[in-house]
Amino acid sequence: MADQLAIASRRGLRPALPLLLPAYLWLTVAIFLPLSAMVFFSFMTDLPLAGKEWAFTLGNYAAFFSQSLYSRLLLSSLRLGLEVTLWCIVIGYPAAYVLAKVLKGRSREAIFLLVILPFWSNGLVRIFSWAMVLREGGILDTALNAVLPFKINIDLMYSYPAVIIGLVHSYVPYMVLTCYLTLQAIDDSLIEAGRSLGASRRQVLWRVIIPLSMPGLIAGSALIFVPVVGSFMEQRILGGRTGTFYGTVIEDQFVAVFNWPLGAALSFILLAVVLIILALAAPVLRRAG
Amino acid sequence: MATTRILEWLGRFYIVLLLAFLYLPIIIMAAMSFNASPFYQLPFEWTTDWYQSLWQNDQLIAATWNSIEIAVITTLISTVLGSMASLALYRYEFRGKRLLQALLFPPIAIPWLITGTAMLIFFFGVGIGRGLIAILLGHVALALPYVIVVVSARLQTFAPELEEAARSLGANQWQVTMRVTLPWIMPGVIAGGLFAFAVSFDQFVVSYFLSTPGQTTLPVEIYAAIRKGFTPEINAVSTIIIAVSMALMLLTARFFKFGGEK
Repeated sequence: MADQLAIASRRGLRPALPLLLPAYLWLTVAIFLPLSAMVFFSFMTDLPLAGKEWAFTLGNYAAFFSQSLYSRLLLSSLRLGLEVTLWCIVIGYPAAYVLAKVLKGRSREAIFLLVILPFWSNGLVRIFSWAMVLREGGILDTALNAVLPFKINIDLMYSYPAVIIGLVHSYVPYMVLTCYLTLQAIDDSLIEAGRSLGASRRQVLWRVIIPLSMPGLIAGSALIFVPVVGSFMEQRILGGRTGTFYGTVIEDQFVAVFNWPLGAALSFILLAVVLIILALAAPVLRRAG
Repeated sequence: MATTRILEWLGRFYIVLLLAFLYLPIIIMAAMSFNASPFYQLPFEWTTDWYQSLWQNDQLIAATWNSIEIAVITTLISTVLGSMASLALYRYEFRGKRLLQALLFPPIAIPWLITGTAMLIFFFGVGIGRGLIAILLGHVALALPYVIVVVSARLQTFAPELEEAARSLGANQWQVTMRVTLPWIMPGVIAGGLFAFAVSFDQFVVSYFLSTPGQTTLPVEIYAAIRKGFTPEINAVSTIIIAVSMALMLLTARFFKFGGEK
């Protein structure tokens, strides 16, 4: 009864408003209005700045749908996102399993922190560090030639694999994090029960562990796939000539060719794709979060 | 059970491999910043020349100061505004609360490329233009959701009865907040502040679209330098920046458990 009274006295938006308003006003000015403005600008022929003629047009979207270049680049960015996500699952899931089920106590805590730590350090610098490893005459080249009896030339720099390696390195900690959270929530007795009822290790893995950790896998995949599709810096540094993707074309519209309305249209199409993916993953994300 | 033991050791070995994959490039990059050859040639010859020449690079130093200033101001603003919003979301029930909570996700989930270009267009349209003010506006907006999420998580562990008790003992709303609630959520507020600093200090994409020559941040300056060609000087500045951000996150981890309950 007392609880209900206490809660009743806290009903209503009015007392909450002064606390909420500053933060949400800031988000509106710096995130939500800009996103709306972007949609608006994408239907214009030019920026409505002083002295410039402009009109409404569908031309920017027509450019996307009529020139196969843009849709091809979007497809290759989506493919890149898919490949990076798959590699992150292959590399990250076993690591998450070992962290959650094999390691115990302080060593688990310390190693978990070590795996997550790079994710929160500077992404640009980490991509640059791969340039040191992958270029011809770089560490990988030198090390392999020192070990192998024959001469090989490793020059992965400025190639598609280089972009994949850099992106997987950037995002794999995310997969470890989300999978670890769902894996550690699985009760060990479920696994033991499966084993004692005669299931093999493989059966337990496929019928018990993987289905139960699915939310973590899906959450991790969404959180990796989306930023990879919108990436451009990684391709610029590691991809060289092969590094033209949807993200780099958007970047070009804003910093090189200055066709902002086209850039806005391309950004908005990417936003639509991203929102669809997030909406599909949202029920799972909410349960996992 | 011998198989189990072998599998466990394989698992441990695998984790070591993963850590090598994660850290080796960074270690190599840092090592190269202490190597004398400007073309990264081996054998390794120790030098601190590259760090000394950083001191003469006025452009980089100016950008570093900009980065630090923006990160500090971002931390202050977003921690205060974010904690206030978290308190409101914790204390009050009202219609649209779920929507307000859901609105925190777009800034985190939408690729920075989209957010950054949208900010560029909008700030240009309304006359704010590009520069440090625009970068600050953007960074605070990116940091706010992180602060709110982290502080809210801490508030989940707070017992509302404590506020009630203080109130029934005659404390007013301000006293309750300052003397009861705030001390309890302080670890969350500090963790949120450190997150905000890291988000701002490491932010590249949004700063990149909002900067102008002269009004720029360190990561943007590094990106420009990388695209001109690799020099050990970039390794030196990169080593410093990665050391700072890793130290920051270790500090954050002290205040906030990433792994959830054990």
